[in-house]
Amino acid sequence: MTAKRSITVIVNGECLTGEAEPRMLLADFLRDELRRTGTHVGCEHGVCGACTIIIDGDAVRSCLMFAVQADGAEISTIEGLATNGEMHPLQKLFSEHHALQCGFCTPGMLMTAIDLVHNSNDHSPGAIRIGMSAALCRCTGYVGIIDAVMEYARQVHGDAAVTGDETGGGRNDG
Amino acid sequence: MKPASFDHLLPTSLHEALEMLNTHAPDARPLAGGQSLVPMMNFRLARPTVLVDLNRISDLAYISDAGDHLAIGAMTRERTIENSGLVRTATPLLYDATLHIGHLPIRSRGTIGGSLSNADPAAEYPATVLALDATLVAQSVRGERTISAAEFFDGVMTTTLEPDEILTEIRMPKAPPGSGSALVEISRRHGDFALAGVAAQITLDGNSVTDIRLAACGVGPGPIRLAESEMILRERGLSDDALAAAGGAAAAATDPDGDVHATAAYRRKLAGVMTKRAVGKAAARARQSA
Ligand SMILES: Cc1cc2nc3c(=O)[nH]c(=O)nc-3n(C[C@H](O)[C@H](O)[C@H](O)COP(=O)(O)OP(=O)(O)OC[C@H]3O[C@@H](n4cnc5c(N)ncnc54)[C@H](O)[C@@H]3O)c2cc1C
Ligand code: FES
Ligand code: FES
Repeated sequence: MTAKRSITVIVNGECLTGEAEPRMLLADFLRDELRRTGTHVGCEHGVCGACTIIIDGDAVRSCLMFAVQADGAEISTIEGLATNGEMHPLQKLFSEHHALQCGFCTPGMLMTAIDLVHNSNDHSPGAIRIGMSAALCRCTGYVGIIDAVMEYARQVHGDAAVTGDETGGGRNDG
Repeated sequence: MKPASFDHLLPTSLHEALEMLNTHAPDARPLAGGQSLVPMMNFRLARPTVLVDLNRISDLAYISDAGDHLAIGAMTRERTIENSGLVRTATPLLYDATLHIGHLPIRSRGTIGGSLSNADPAAEYPATVLALDATLVAQSVRGERTISAAEFFDGVMTTTLEPDEILTEIRMPKAPPGSGSALVEISRRHGDFALAGVAAQITLDGNSVTDIRLAACGVGPGPIRLAESEMILRERGLSDDALAAAGGAAAAATDPDGDVHATAAYRRKLAGVMTKRAVGKAAARARQSA
């Protein structure tokens, strides 16, 4: 065992400190050490997307980073989306479009969608479908999720932006 | 599903990182984006005792115009490459390849140096640097050396890097004016590793092919340069016959393994089909830009 180190991160605007051995995954640090259990852990090898959080502006897999690597980072998780008891617009849309059933994938879906809608230049339906393929859902069949994210993109960028290519263009040559 | 214990070293300069690797090699591994190494550690397929974390070395992340090539720092994230206007105009094949790598959250962390050093046979970047004849720069405490892409890959997930060496820079030749390129692949789902893929860079003069470079991924122990297919198309142009012959030559040049995702025979067949599609798409883009 390698000695624990003190790690300080800003989670949803709150400065939090905990201890972690180098081998502790950031997902486990958030959940077990900082008791922020909104971030879920599924596959632990980068495939399912349940653990997706936003670090310094970019969505990343928290199961593929060590807590020691995040020392000093600014992190956004699902717990920071609602403000003053009021759901985030994307959370409301997930509810309206029945974009969740068991809810296990939802934290990762939301953080993936927020990075995708706010930080990519292509808001075509195809690009949104390809972008949301980053996270897996075992319940919904995805239709409600895609509808909610497209509606959110319309709210953020206007109806005209969310048009055009339906399939994801050159990205799936198959 | 938790990694074994290791010590985490966090150098802030390349010099410091090279000293650390030299002290701890061969048990130490560089940690780049972690998108391949951390899953392997979680599965305990890799158990390095020391990680030399390259993420705080800011001068290993850059994309710069160096005249006839782009110089790209090894720690440049796949997402940065995807969003670089310079990459899109100067080395469009690299842009195309990047769009096929996993998903946005993977590309947020994954680096070009990590993907090349990892040398996964199905990965897109190794085939891309092989097709373009890129030059790779490695450093150790013993000094710096340059390695051609053809000499860099050495079998399944193996490179000719020494345990104390760090890949520092990738020199990507710029696409000639009027040329076209494409990386085409088939995977089970979007974002999965390719069952078979082909990278193509082509320069045309009317219907004749003045320059062509082809490399395949997913169909051998490493990326495979499709020299025979290149020769057929250079000599015979882009007729249906020539394309069919080039596809056949590509399939013959591959050495795929079968696994749960696809049989060896299917992958070999795909290598031919992907060759024809990649050449067709690259040629159409060359005509557009001419
Ligand atoms: C869900 C998922 C899907 C993916 N899909 C694809 C895909 O479709 N196509 C694809 O190509 N890749 C894919 N990847 C892998 C991804 O591209 C990785 O980022 C990449 O292969 C490794 O880059 P990294 O920077 O994360 O390296 P790391 O994981 O940090 O390192 C990989 C290896 O390279 C060594 N290394 C890293 N940097 C250096 C260096 N500068 N010098 C010497 N050695 C070094 C490390 O020691 C390690 O052995 C996927 C990954 C995941 C988790
Ligand atoms: S738990 Fe991180 S991607 Fe599945
Ligand atoms: S709602 Fe159950 S996994 Fe997505």
